[in-house]
Amino acid sequence: MTSLEAATRQRWLAVLARARLSELESAWDSLAEKPAYSLLRPTETGLAMVRGRVGGTGQPFNLGEMTMTRAAVQLRQEGGKAVSGFAHVAGRQARRAELVAVFDALLQVSDRHDAIAERVIAPLAARQSADKAAFARKIAASKVEFFTVVRGS
Amino acid sequence: MSVVEVAPSTELAIDAARLAPGFGDPVHDAQATFRAVLDAMAHPGRLVELPARLAAPAPLGEAAIAVVLTLCDVETPLWLDPGLAPSADYLRFHCGVPLTSPDLAHFALIGDPHAMPPLDAFALGSDEYPDRSTTLIIEVEQLQAGRGMILSGPGIADTARLAVSSFPERFWAERQLLAELFPRGLDVILTCGSLLAALPRTTRVAA
Repeated sequence: MTSLEAATRQRWLAVLARARLSELESAWDSLAEKPAYSLLRPTETGLAMVRGRVGGTGQPFNLGEMTMTRAAVQLRQEGGKAVSGFAHVAGRQARRAELVAVFDALLQVSDRHDAIAERVIAPLAARQSADKAAFARKIAASKVEFFTVVRGS
Repeated sequence: MSVVEVAPSTELAIDAARLAPGFGDPVHDAQATFRAVLDAMAHPGRLVELPARLAAPAPLGEAAIAVVLTLCDVETPLWLDPGLAPSADYLRFHCGVPLTSPDLAHFALIGDPHAMPPLDAFALGSDEYPDRSTTLIIEVEQLQAGRGMILSGPGIADTARLAVSSFPERFWAERQLLAELFPRGLDVILTCGSLLAALPRTTRVAA
């Protein structure tokens, strides 16, 4: 996998990982052709250590653990070549992780990539950026400017 | 669940197209397999049928794969026979096991016993820590209890018999030499398809 392909995949996985279960379910229901898939390992919930750096540059420290669920699925294609999809999502919704992994696998299949990128990823990305912008506006409205009157000198 | 590992470079990346499912029920299948290995180790020469079902990726048998999935994890370096390189991704994905050289390995998985290095190339443990030795998991062509070599020692009431077909003669000679180093030594698990038998270092083997 080249770094460009990796970056593209990171983008769609980031969008999928932030999607709500209801959105993923309706995207799955709207698929004309549902692929058969098997689980590479059972979907499981556990903890991942979140690490941070103060200001993004300091020494790394352990911020704390978060609950996450991971899934790994495999699609068998007609040609016999297997495609694997992976997902790590925050929280404990196993079905959500499984759907993310299935969409990740489908997006790696070249005949299905474009349709799914357009009908699933694009609307999800648009909804997420709209939510983010709305939240940013709401925060911006409460912004307080402080003025200090310089005395003396 | 362990903390998710991130491959630090593309060389270590796993080829996802080669992966196959592991245990269907990891916890219970691994416990049952552990019990089977314990049973085999406690009764050298006894053939034990693998209690879990597993679709093992070629070229290894399901018992060999199940033993590795059960006993190995990120803290137990594994040495893989060069002929088993296609299984490396599968094992690294399912148990996160690091691959290493024979002398540093806690476990060694051997698919072709004729091509294996001499036994003293593996870690034999030390007198203080004889448990720090390599446990060999060797896939053989055929295993049969009740005939063949005569085994005696701890865990065997009188004698037991085990026939291992197409196995290099030098293995038995080298194993005999290691007996002098006791408590250092090597424990061996022989696997064949879904069967396994154990030869701990304490077992004496006569033709």
